[in-house]
Formats: sequence, structure tokens, C-alpha cells
Amino acid sequence: MSTLQGKTALVTGASRGIGRAIALRLARDGANIAGLDIKDDLLEETGALVREQGVEFLPITADVTDFDNMKAAVGQFTEAFDSLDIMVNNAGITRDNLLIRMSDEDWRAVISVNLTGVFNGIKAVARPMMRQRSGRIVNIASVVGMVGNAGQANYSASKGGVIALTKTAARELAGRGINVNAVAPGFIRTAMTDELSEEARESALGQIPFARFGEAQDVAAAVAFLAGPDSSYLTGQVIRVDGGMVM
Amino acid sequence: MASDVRERVISLIAERMDVDPDQITDDTHFVNDLQSDSLDMAELVIDLEEEFDLSISDEEAQKIETVGQAIKHIEESQQ
Repeated sequence: MSTLQGKTALVTGASRGIGRAIALRLARDGANIAGLDIKDDLLEETGALVREQGVEFLPITADVTDFDNMKAAVGQFTEAFDSLDIMVNNAGITRDNLLIRMSDEDWRAVISVNLTGVFNGIKAVARPMMRQRSGRIVNIASVVGMVGNAGQANYSASKGGVIALTKTAARELAGRGINVNAVAPGFIRTAMTDELSEEARESALGQIPFARFGEAQDVAAAVAFLAGPDSSYLTGQVIRVDGGMVM
Repeated sequence: MASDVRERVISLIAERMDVDPDQITDDTHFVNDLQSDSLDMAELVIDLEEEFDLSISDEEAQKIETVGQAIKHIEESQQ
């Protein structure tokens, strides 16, 4: 099954975790991949796995919080590939703390990467996609952006922002044949959730009807659907991949 | 030089709006004649900024309604 044969995708935060899984899944479906990350040390690991799928891989080192960086990254992309079909805004960080204990720095850092980063990503790919009159943008949100989560004021606000941004971008870009959707993961087994305390883990599992954490591949499958031909009539939507946690 | 600006602007608009350059005159109105929407105008302004290496503010951009006004704006900015 090569539903994305001949397509090209730019994935931010592709070094590890969900970003790597997305890059691999889109590669398996036939797309050539550019993996973007702020550090290049683990990007080549993703690259090697992507190339094993028989597609091209372009590593790009860039900071999503800096628009000029992202513009240059898209320039590198369009030089290497003929079109820019799929953009996955996945790069994200956490700096958890209770609201009353959260520093200004931790607030800003998370908003900057998770929300401004998505804005910069969309803005950077919007023009080439508008010219093509086609494109798929998939933003990685989170269910905590819909229901909140104690200890994640910054993260939940950033992800709620991503959901609103997704809907606005969907409205603005629909006239140019560009679909903009979001995937909202619940608790997914990654380095980010490995840091959870035993207590937090137990409490999280109690809220999930499937009573287990999801895998990065579960998120990647939803992204592949939104990036592929079967979702052409979807835009401005949020698909929750959370084991039924939020309904 | 002036005619050069005119030619470049018209060819840009013709390409962007997918119309025959011969049908574009100074009086051609972006919205009424070329059916431009706000996204078309935003794109066109960015194209003009890149082509002529200048910056057009949102306020100035809003005043551009016809092809002639776009040409005039660029000629004046270049002086």
C-alpha cells in the first residue's frame, strides 16, 4: 500500500518520539521525507530508518520558534523536492509545573515552541502550497488542549491554541485546496511520558477506557490518514487518539 | 525604467491571476475585473515585494485597487 507514492512531507521534531514515528509511517506509505529538528544529532537515526523504506530523506536543522529559520528550511525543501505536499507540525516540549509555581521562562518557552512554532510552520509552507493549489497540513495538538491538565498550564494552553489556529488556517486556506487538521494524542508512550511519576501514571491510566498508553504509531496512523487521499473532504478537524480518554 | 516596472507588474499579475497580459490595463480593477479575493491580494503584495525588493505596508496595500495604482506605488517607492 503506497498511498503517498511520489508525495513529499516535511515533519518537524522528527528526531524522536511521535515525530520519528510520523516520518517513518509517511515514508512507509511512499512519501519522500524532510525531517526537521533543532538539533541534528538524532536526525540521522530517523534518516537511516526512513531511507530503509526506499524513499529519500533530507535532514534540516532549524528552530521552529524563528520564522526566518523556517522560511529558509522550506527553501531547502523546495530546492530538494519538486513539490511540498504535506507539512506536519509536530515539534513540542513540556515544562510542567503547578500554575502558581510556573516561571515566566517556562511559560514562554512552551508557548514559543508549541504554538508559535506551529504558526511559523504554517506560514512558511502556506505560500508554496497556495501556489500549488494543494497541500495537507497536520498539526499535533493534545487532548489536554481540550480538557486541561493540572501541572500543564503552559502545555495545555499551547495545545488549545494549536486547535484554534488549525481551525482558522483551515478557513483561510480552504479556497486554495489546502486541508488543515489536527491530531490530539492522549497519553502516548514516549520519552515525554516516561518522565511521569508512578502516581501520575496510575491516575492517567484510570481515565483511559482502554487502560493503556497509546503508541507513537497510533498517532502516526491518524496523521497518515489526514495526509492521504482518503481525507480530502476533512478540514479544521481534530482527531483524538487517546484510547477514549476524552469523548 | 518606468515601462520596465509596468511590464514586470503586468506579467506578475497575469501569471498570478491566470489572465492574458494583453487584457490588463492601468484601469483593470483587482476585485471587479480580476475577481481577486483577499488571499490573492495578500499573495500579490508579497510577489511585488519580492520582485521589486521593497516593503509594502498593510495600510498601503489596502489602497491598491487597480493595476495602475500598483504600478504607481512601485515607481514612487523606487525613486
